[in-house]
Amino acid sequence: MSIISVNLPRTQPAIPIVDKLHQWVITVDHKRLGLMYIFYALSFLVFGGIEATIMRIQLIRPHNDFVSPQVFNQMFTMHGTTMIFFAAMPLVFGFANYLVPLMIGARDMAFPRLNAFSFWLTALGGILLYFSVIGGYGLYGAGNAPDVGWFAYAPLTARTFSPGHSTDFWTLSLLVSGFGSIGTAINIIATVLCMRCPGMTLGRMPLLVWLNLTMAGLVILAVSPLTAAQIMLLVDRYLGGHFFDTQAGGSAVVWMHFFWVFGHPEVYVLVIPAFAFVSEIIPVFSRKAIFGYPVMVAATVAIGFISVSVWAHHMFTVGMTSFGNTFFVLSTMAIAVPTGIKIFNWLATMWGGKIHFRAPMLFCLAFLFQFLTAGLTGIMLSSAPFNWQLSNSYFVVAHFHYVIVGAILFALFGAFYYWFPKASGRMYSERLAKLHFWLFIIGFHLTFDFMHVPGILGMPRRIYTYEPGRGWDAWNLIVTIGVLFQAAGILAFVGNLLWSYFQGKTAGSDPWDAWTLEWSTHSPPPEYNFETVPVVKSRRPLWDIKHPEDPDWKYE
Amino acid sequence: MYCLIAAEAAIFVILIVAYLFYIGKSLSGPTPAILHVPVLFTVCLLSSSLTIHAAVKALSRGNDRAFGFWLLVTIVLGAIFLVGTAFEWRHLIHDEGLTIQTNLFGTTYYTLVGLHAFHVTVGLLALAAVSIFGFFGRVGKADAPRVDVLSLYWHFVDVVWVVVFTVVYGIGR
Repeated sequence: MSIISVNLPRTQPAIPIVDKLHQWVITVDHKRLGLMYIFYALSFLVFGGIEATIMRIQLIRPHNDFVSPQVFNQMFTMHGTTMIFFAAMPLVFGFANYLVPLMIGARDMAFPRLNAFSFWLTALGGILLYFSVIGGYGLYGAGNAPDVGWFAYAPLTARTFSPGHSTDFWTLSLLVSGFGSIGTAINIIATVLCMRCPGMTLGRMPLLVWLNLTMAGLVILAVSPLTAAQIMLLVDRYLGGHFFDTQAGGSAVVWMHFFWVFGHPEVYVLVIPAFAFVSEIIPVFSRKAIFGYPVMVAATVAIGFISVSVWAHHMFTVGMTSFGNTFFVLSTMAIAVPTGIKIFNWLATMWGGKIHFRAPMLFCLAFLFQFLTAGLTGIMLSSAPFNWQLSNSYFVVAHFHYVIVGAILFALFGAFYYWFPKASGRMYSERLAKLHFWLFIIGFHLTFDFMHVPGILGMPRRIYTYEPGRGWDAWNLIVTIGVLFQAAGILAFVGNLLWSYFQGKTAGSDPWDAWTLEWSTHSPPPEYNFETVPVVKSRRPLWDIKHPEDPDWKYE
Repeated sequence: MYCLIAAEAAIFVILIVAYLFYIGKSLSGPTPAILHVPVLFTVCLLSSSLTIHAAVKALSRGNDRAFGFWLLVTIVLGAIFLVGTAFEWRHLIHDEGLTIQTNLFGTTYYTLVGLHAFHVTVGLLALAAVSIFGFFGRVGKADAPRVDVLSLYWHFVDVVWVVVFTVVYGIGR
């Protein structure tokens, strides 16, 4: 089958659209599944963005009544859940699916059918979440979306306080997509450990592969507790159990612990792939090999280990023992050490390099600055007394959006532009990409820099409106104006992708003069990835081919 | 399979932590003192680990008859364990009046033991599938690594029972 389509790629008669779609639905090819993850995630990114915009319009001035308090609650719940589980995670998995087999010279993932199964589970999860809008009250006929917040603290999720089925849709969608995530994580680990091409030792894998391996390990450790917690919540809601029922001796704090045991490693599940993109893009656009490869790997694994022991820094205000507080303060601060090592290594990679300021590199530079700032506010929040003052304020909202938008989303945009020529075979428009970059960075800083201030002035998160005259008005106005710039940037991004896909210049197999294996095959890669199984002798196999007089393996 | 086991282990760890945390926190109703230790059924389940090991050994040596025999013994032992759990639950529900809704002990007990029993059931179905294939002569020496992966899962289910048993019938009582 594959051989036929390979030999006659252009002369085949046009396939009817239904057949084409059918081939996408039944595919087990890692590249197609990766692209499907990415398209799926992009559409949810737009949904989540619309929800965020609705919230910001509501908060643009005091006593605004753009939406009702009930709708506002649904908006922040849906925004958080959508962005974390159905935009960020599938984006990360999509890139991992597409790139990991290409980078290690494999033909496909280790378990292609499990891969397809995981994707469709994740897709079903997202559809379940949004089905709640029409199915929330079931037979009552009134639509409703989950409104319990993205971390759904008990006892608000109990039957008594969340009647109807909206919360059930929330918990079921996370349960289902959680199984999908675990399947993908198992697949990535098996692929990396068993499918590497000859010569690709663990020490020669591209950093992206190492970081995705760490990410997959974290998914297994982090998502499973969430699955267990959702099972308990379902037992409580459907079978009348008492896990989180405080009136029968149950404990609401146990839910918090179980949720954050998942919740904090989840941040690293998302940010480690962002590190991975940056670790591939910065060397190529600085024309230098990555600085301190072994230390980068060690720092990543260290981040992975430490990140499973920091969860209760989300719970300082709950009231723990002083020993508990001290432990979580120290472990949280300890994460800054390996993270700092990584930032210095990226800077050292650029140091003395010949830097090309193309769109992927611009996004990575912004990533460096914004991730550093986000880390600094993170250290502020990690100290318990400071946290008691600012917990649940807009300062916290600004902090974690700095991480998720300023670091993760920026790195993802960089990755989009960097690998777009590989996936589509065409170059993107550099001019539109730079427009996207500048619009988005202006919007981002307008929104999230100024969001810190009302937080310090005492504005709590999740309020649907506020009184005038507290010094919050102007700040909220600026924050909302920033959203317009970000939305315009996203329009430029989507427009660029669409225009370039149909009209862009042909890219060739290696437009960036890069060094990892995915650039050695065609753009877009054929179904079988590589014509011959690649053999690798160093960390930069394409450098060795292009510079046979001065290969890397002499120095490693 | 090791990764799946790691993920499953994390799920069980969370439920076991919940069980341990909620020991003695029930406000009313029966306490763990009403539990009887299911010695016989535990012996059955644990010895099934040995029999499935013998089955994989026999298969990798190409001894199909011994493989079929040990596989059937494994299934029977696992089924006896499930029947034992069923009788235990019947006793608890009918004679002691303990259901999942009664109190915290009931909630945690039925969830933890039930999740384990669910895993035993899944394992039994997989073993039954293998034995049906084996009955039609479709399982040969070349499939030994695959059956070995399944036996890993079965060992994991047994190890989880050792922990659950210790927690529920040892520490918990």
